Amino acid sequence: MNTTTLKVSDIKSGKKGESGVMGIAKQNAKISRYLVSPSVLLLLAWMLIPLSMTIYFSLIRFNLLYPGENEFVGLENFEFFVTDESFAAGMSNTLLLVGSVLLITVVLGVLISVVVNQAFWGRGIVRVMLISPFFIMPTVNALVWKNLLLHPVSGVFAAMWTFFGAEPVDWFTEYPLFSIIMIVSWQWLPFAILLLMTALQSLDQEQQEAARLDGAGPVDIFFHLTLPHLARPISVVVMIETIFLLSIFAEIFTTTSGGPGYETTNLAYLIYSQALLQFDVGLASAGGLIAVILANIAAFFLVRLVGKSLTEKN
Amino acid sequence: MLSIKQGKQLNTVLIGLLAWGVALVIFFPIFWMILTSFKTEIDAFATPPQLFFTPTLENYTLVNERSDYLRFAWNSVVVSFGSTAIGMLLAIPAAYSMVFYETKRTKSILLWMLSTKMLPSVGVLVPIYLLFKNLSLLDTRTGLIIIYTLINLPIMIWMVYTYFKEIPKDVLEAARMDGATLFQEIWQVLLPMSKGGLASTVLLSLILSWNEAFWSLNLTASQAAPLTALIASYSSPEGLFWAKLSAVSTLACAPILIFGWISQKQLVRGLSFGAVK
Repeated sequence: MNTTTLKVSDIKSGKKGESGVMGIAKQNAKISRYLVSPSVLLLLAWMLIPLSMTIYFSLIRFNLLYPGENEFVGLENFEFFVTDESFAAGMSNTLLLVGSVLLITVVLGVLISVVVNQAFWGRGIVRVMLISPFFIMPTVNALVWKNLLLHPVSGVFAAMWTFFGAEPVDWFTEYPLFSIIMIVSWQWLPFAILLLMTALQSLDQEQQEAARLDGAGPVDIFFHLTLPHLARPISVVVMIETIFLLSIFAEIFTTTSGGPGYETTNLAYLIYSQALLQFDVGLASAGGLIAVILANIAAFFLVRLVGKSLTEKN
Repeated sequence: MLSIKQGKQLNTVLIGLLAWGVALVIFFPIFWMILTSFKTEIDAFATPPQLFFTPTLENYTLVNERSDYLRFAWNSVVVSFGSTAIGMLLAIPAAYSMVFYETKRTKSILLWMLSTKMLPSVGVLVPIYLLFKNLSLLDTRTGLIIIYTLINLPIMIWMVYTYFKEIPKDVLEAARMDGATLFQEIWQVLLPMSKGGLASTVLLSLILSWNEAFWSLNLTASQAAPLTALIASYSSPEGLFWAKLSAVSTLACAPILIFGWISQKQLVRGLSFGAVK
């Protein structure tokens, strides 16, 4: 089909070849501009349809246990959700969880990647071991830590505690949120190491050498050369981790189920329990919207921070 | 007194020891899980924990009998490969269009796509659950494929975008001048030139879908449940079962772990969205 249209346009323009090719190129350009549309439309639908449903549900009474009673209640669901004691707990647990894991993974990630960036025997194997936890699925992570490592009777930690003459700790009962932070950090530390380690490889060696000759100690070099060089990868680590950490779910679901009390209930788990355990769709939708707003506040700053650093180099 | 050279050597040894120490601590949980999977249940529960024991394969055979491991594994395979394939089919044309036919809005579209990733899954859990219920998509592999494709699409587009960005435009123009159709241009010129980048995008998408555990736990029950859900079903303790738990966990993680080891270098560039070279 293309060849015939090509010939027609050739005859019309009186030239051979060139304008025909240009015709195809133009046609291709037209189609190409729209190649992004399917993705845009799908993502738009993915965002708008459920979100508008959530908004609608959040404004009506909607409990699966009492079907048919769906009258409009205004902001009552929001009021209930926000004033319940579980909300304050869920909010502070979410922030504590995200904040602590970010802090732990970035600080340890920088230190470890600086160490591993030096030359030593067996670096390849060390690298592989360091990044392995990233590939472990969250449910396995949670169960291995809960039953094999932190178990108060047969766990490895208990054995270590006993070895040093201390009383073994029942981690998930006595320090539940701390335990969750620990296992989530273990999962995400490799991600930070992986990114920062790669970034360090492009650090200017000559500059470091020059600084050393000028009498700069390793600490000076770390703070004035290494850390500024890592600013961009650190911002990427913070952005991606925040996206995933805000909705940590499986780790809590498989270990503590949000307990004891609300001590390990984050916003994600709270909404899940309201919707699928207590069947209160209206209330859960109000909570979902609050989570969306929270995430958007975070996104506003993060996308600005990282988006800028990503697009400016082009 | 140590000479400078000796001092340097000592430094290298110390750094090596430190790095190995840290690596062993971080890797220990995985090592311990694999080790425990070869113990009998009695050895697995022994105090203090046993480092030396007579290894057994009985857990691996038992796991298969108890929970039909293969069906869950097959669900994981179908769902992660399915969503990755569809995701690539959408991401490649989208990225091509945004890189080679850039408009004023391209950058805002890219940032907007990334921001859809910020929409927390819990925020839309209820409507998706109800929609799926009405469309009979609950507990089906198709349903999970749809969800995984959508949640991974922004990241895939971003990654492919950064890889296409590195390809010189003249090469494609030359192909166009030679009369290549749009399809030929993408399939025969562009894709072979960005093989490495595309491979790492595929890998990342596979890893993310394989390990995804919010939607799989909430939207599947028995038919379409992937490995993440199988593992979660082991969360309620029923007597001595640490060794079996370890065996099933090892089986669930092994494919992706090996994948990850092979592709670690490729992955970094993709994960960092081009911010790290």
